[in-house]
Parts: sequence; structure tokens; C-alpha cells
Amino acid sequence: MAVSESLPLRPTPRPATAPSTWVFLGALAVFTLVVTVMASQGMISTAFVKTLGKTLCLMLAAVAMDVVWGYTGILSLGHMAFFGLGGYMIGMWLMYARTENIVAPALAQQPLPPTQDEIRDAIGSQIFGVVGASDFPLVWMFSHSLVAQLALVVLVPGLLALVFGWLAFRSRVTGVYLSILTQAMTLALALYLFQNDSGLRGNNGLSGLQNIPGYEQVPQATISLWFLWASALALALGYLLFAWVVSGKMGSVLRAVRDDEARVRFLGYHVEGFKLFAFTLTAVVTGIAGALYYPQAGIINPAEIAPIASIYLAVWVAIGGRGRLYGAAIGAALVSLLSSWFTGGGAPDINLGVYTVQWTDWWLVLLGLSFVCVTLFAPKGIGGLVDLVQARRVPDRQGDYGPDKGAKRQEEGRE
Amino acid sequence: MTLLEVSGVSVSFDGFQAIDNLSFSIGEPELRAVIGPNGAGKTTFMDIVTGKTRPDSGHVLWGEENRNLVGLSEQAIARLGVGRKFQKPTVFEAQSVRDNLAMALKAPRGPFDVLLRRNIDEGRLHEVAAEIGLEDHLDRPAGALSHGQKQWLEIGMLLAQEPRLLLVDEPAAGMTTAEREHTTDLLNRLAQRHAIVVVEHDMAFVRRLGCKVTVLHEGRVLAEGSLDHVTQNKDVIDVYLGR
Repeated sequence: MAVSESLPLRPTPRPATAPSTWVFLGALAVFTLVVTVMASQGMISTAFVKTLGKTLCLMLAAVAMDVVWGYTGILSLGHMAFFGLGGYMIGMWLMYARTENIVAPALAQQPLPPTQDEIRDAIGSQIFGVVGASDFPLVWMFSHSLVAQLALVVLVPGLLALVFGWLAFRSRVTGVYLSILTQAMTLALALYLFQNDSGLRGNNGLSGLQNIPGYEQVPQATISLWFLWASALALALGYLLFAWVVSGKMGSVLRAVRDDEARVRFLGYHVEGFKLFAFTLTAVVTGIAGALYYPQAGIINPAEIAPIASIYLAVWVAIGGRGRLYGAAIGAALVSLLSSWFTGGGAPDINLGVYTVQWTDWWLVLLGLSFVCVTLFAPKGIGGLVDLVQARRVPDRQGDYGPDKGAKRQEEGRE
Repeated sequence: MTLLEVSGVSVSFDGFQAIDNLSFSIGEPELRAVIGPNGAGKTTFMDIVTGKTRPDSGHVLWGEENRNLVGLSEQAIARLGVGRKFQKPTVFEAQSVRDNLAMALKAPRGPFDVLLRRNIDEGRLHEVAAEIGLEDHLDRPAGALSHGQKQWLEIGMLLAQEPRLLLVDEPAAGMTTAEREHTTDLLNRLAQRHAIVVVEHDMAFVRRLGCKVTVLHEGRVLAEGSLDHVTQNKDVIDVYLGR
């Protein structure tokens, strides 16, 4: 079609990723360095280093949750199922390899050298004795191989998300009904894993995961630092990946799907494909976060993927601020650290005379109240504070600069 | 050449016959105005063509291969080249004018295409922005635009898609006289190469378009022809103009 001859091309280069990404990554690097120095000086305990390392994993899960909820508008209340599955996948190798390292030398003491089958049977009865079995279930078929289990860390959450998402999005289930479906998914998975014959040791779960096979001689103080670094690296890479995904046109389309998916269809975009992409990618990253979390926690059991865990994840993101990645990360760090402070007996009881407020009981009430308050009074969450600071520095002028005719017009202000 | 042929289409909602054995066809290029009183089925007609509503019977044939659009998804129909402008401007208010246009620009639509092919056709984007008079507003959030500007942005998004058939629902609502003239010019210019269906209430606007008019009433075509022809039709006067 005919258009005006001269096109005043005004290139407005936009950075591929927001400057906040580099601020976040810098802060993460400084944090990791400080913790490393303090830990090696003995200023903070190994247990606290582990808590911090676990927090980094939770932050990664929260950033993923922000992409799927804050950007794409899918309130998934089942993402911690992927987190748990990642943990189970790496836990299977950790348990197998460590038990092998204990059982094999013991069997070697016997007059007759043991066969491979004997070793495997011995490992089996060690691991599954607790649920009254001794044979390896089918799901453990790759547990001897670290490479295979690492692949499963990615594949199992990814495939579950792909199949579940495809079924749910294809039927155009949206909003609260989709949230209920995701909730049902994680509940069903937790209930299944609670059974002894699920093959993953029922409610005992997998334990002893903090012992890394082959590094039995390395003190936990050192291992905790390794995992802190690995978690920080995973968070940094995950953050970069998501910052890239939600920038540019992809971010545009995802936010458009969130705001008006029917309109996006009329633009020719396959909305379900974009939802499935966001759901599956975030599930995979959440699975990786879980695989780094549980070796630091030492134990995983089905209670970890109960619906409440995924609800907490949503609460962190809401308090931190939806729709901005650093908000979700800050929310997860703050709330989960506060939570362990309050429930771990860190907060002093308040004696009101007639009643003593014990924070181990009252923390959840406090958290619930803060969630309600954030939703009502500060829907942008903690991240909204950044807007306040920026607005004070650069006034957001939309119109002209003054009411009288001599005042500069908006177009002039840009020059 | 006929681009779109709707034949024998009926649809009812809870017993209400919104479209009753409707037949309609438009060539490429052609400009057509569709008028009719409220409830005549104009919007439902657009919903059927764009795949939002599935008709109870009849078919909607498209293009050289006479492909039936009934049963295709909204995005598949949009990708075949059917663009739609809604009566109420529906732009993505939280995003900038640039982002709105960039999303609409003709380009591969798959998730991985969108993720990996990041360069936007800036030249085309500025061309469209200049056409709709929003070049100086590219970085403003669409929500901050006036109602008329949102109308223009929506028209711009339609242009950016480069569709073969444009379904335009009340393009002039909320526009100034000058803007209405610009809109009629634009539609006339586009009609040299595209098929355009304009739904409009404003007779003066339709007269300026100077094109063939289809009058809908109770889900059926009541009359078809030039504006003068249909305004002299007795049935049309009875149901629509005489009031």
C-alpha cells in the first residue's frame, strides 16, 4: 500500500535483556563470594551455608514460576511436583551409588568374590528393606548411571509437563480451573509416591542424599560450598535464560496471552503452543532446581510435593512481585529465609501476659496476613518498591511540560 | 475472483436464530460495506468467518482451493490471511505501541520462530506507524493512548498482519471528521489490492466508501447493491431506515 515517501527512521535500540538482569547477577556473584569467604573463615555454620544454597534453588524455582504465572498468566499450583521429581531423579543415583560403595567392599571380604548380580541384590535389599522389598523396581533401571539420571532430571519433569500441559491447554482449560487441575496433578503424584509399592520407598522417601558417592572423605563443609556454587550458577544461568525468553517479541506474546488470549489467536498465534512452551520450559528448570536442592536437604519424601509446597511458591512470587524476575527471586529468598527463622525457633516468643505468641505456630498466620495485605494494598509486591524509587528519580511525563503555550512540548523534551 | 464464499450458513444460540441460511461472497480485490440494525447478525457473521463461532450448518469457502474454514481454529484462519478489527479496540494496553505492532507484523508465528528470530522488520513497522499517525508514540504504552488512537493502533495491527481479507468492525467509531476521512481514504486504497468487509452504522461513512452494500436483517441478506439501490428497497426502509 502507498505510504508517505520519507520514513523518519528513528532507531530506538532496546537492550535484549533488562539492566536489572546484570544488577541481579552482580549481586548474586557478590553474595556467593561473601558466603564463601565467611564459611571458610568459620563465621557461618555448614548448616547455614546449606540453607543459603537451598534458598538459591528455591529462588530459581520462583523465577520459573514467575515466567509461567507472572508473564504467561498460568497460575500453576503444581510446579513443586517438577521440583520434587528432579530431586527424586538425582536422589536415586545418589542412594544407589552410595549404597554400592558401602556394600561392594563388604561383600569383597567374603571368601568367594561376589558376582554383579549379588552386589545388585545386596544394594536392593539395603535400599528397599525399609518398605519390605529387596528387588529393584523398574523405575530404578538407570539408577546405576549418573549420566542417565541427570538426563532424567530434565526429561521426567519435562515430559510430565508436556503431556499434562498438552491435555489441559488443548481443551482450553484456563484460570482457576487450570489451577485446580495442576493442584490435582501434584496431589495425585504425592499420593502415588506415598505408597510403598510405588518403587520410591513410600513415605520414607530417599535419604542420605547429602553424602556424595566418591567424595565420602570430603567434609560436608566443603561439599556444602560446592553445592552453593552450583546452585548460584544454576540460578544465574536460569535467570539469564528466562530474561532472554521474556524479552523481545517472545515476552510480548507471552504477556499478550496473559492479558487477552482470544485476541492473540486472531493475530494468528497458536496460544496453546506458547503456553505449552512456557509450562514445559519452566518445569524443566524447576526440576533442575530440585535436583540441586535435595542433595543439600539430604532427604526427599512425598510430603515435599504436597500441594501446599506449590502454593508457597505462588505466595513467594506474589509477595516478591509478579511479572518481574528479580521480584520473584527476592520474594522467594526473603519469605523462605524468614520462614526458617520463625519456624526454627530463631524468633523470640512474645509474652503478652495472658498469652504467649510462639512463632512456630503463628508464623503461618503472619505469612497469610502478609499475603492478603500484599494482594490488597501492594499488588506489585516487593518489586514494586523499585518502581517507586525510579519514579522519584525520573518523573514519568506523559503529556506536555506545562499548561501555558510557552511551555515545552513533549516532543521537544525528547531531544 | 471470489476470495470468500459463505453459503447456507446457519447458527443459533439457545434457540435464537442469529444467522439464518446466510449466503455471502466477496472477491479480491473488493470493498464491501455490511449494514443492518442491531442484532442483524453482523458480528456473528464475522465470528463465523474468523473461527470464533462454529456454524450449525453451511460452509465457508476460502481462496483458490476452496478450502472450508469451518472447523479450523482462529489462529489457523488468521494465518491463512483473514484479519479482524474489533468494534471495541482491543489492543494490549500494558505493552508499548511498538510491541503491539511488532506482534502483529507478518512473520512466522510458532513459539520457536518467535523465540529465535528476534529481528523485527523495523522498516515495515515504521511504515505502518506512519500510516496510522502513531510514529511519535511508538514507545508509549498502548493503554495511555486516546480512544481514537487505539482505534488507529488496532487498524495498524490489522495492516501489519498483511491479510488478504480484512474484516473491519465499526472503524470510524470515536473518530474525528478528519480521521474518518483518513479512514475512508485508507480503506479505499487498501481495497485496490485486498478484500475488505466493513461493518458500519454510520450511513455518511458508508456513502463515502462508495462501494457495494449488503444489508443484513435477522441473520439473512435483505438486500445487496449500491447504497442508493438498497436505500430505495422497500424492505430495507421498513426494517432499518424508516425508523
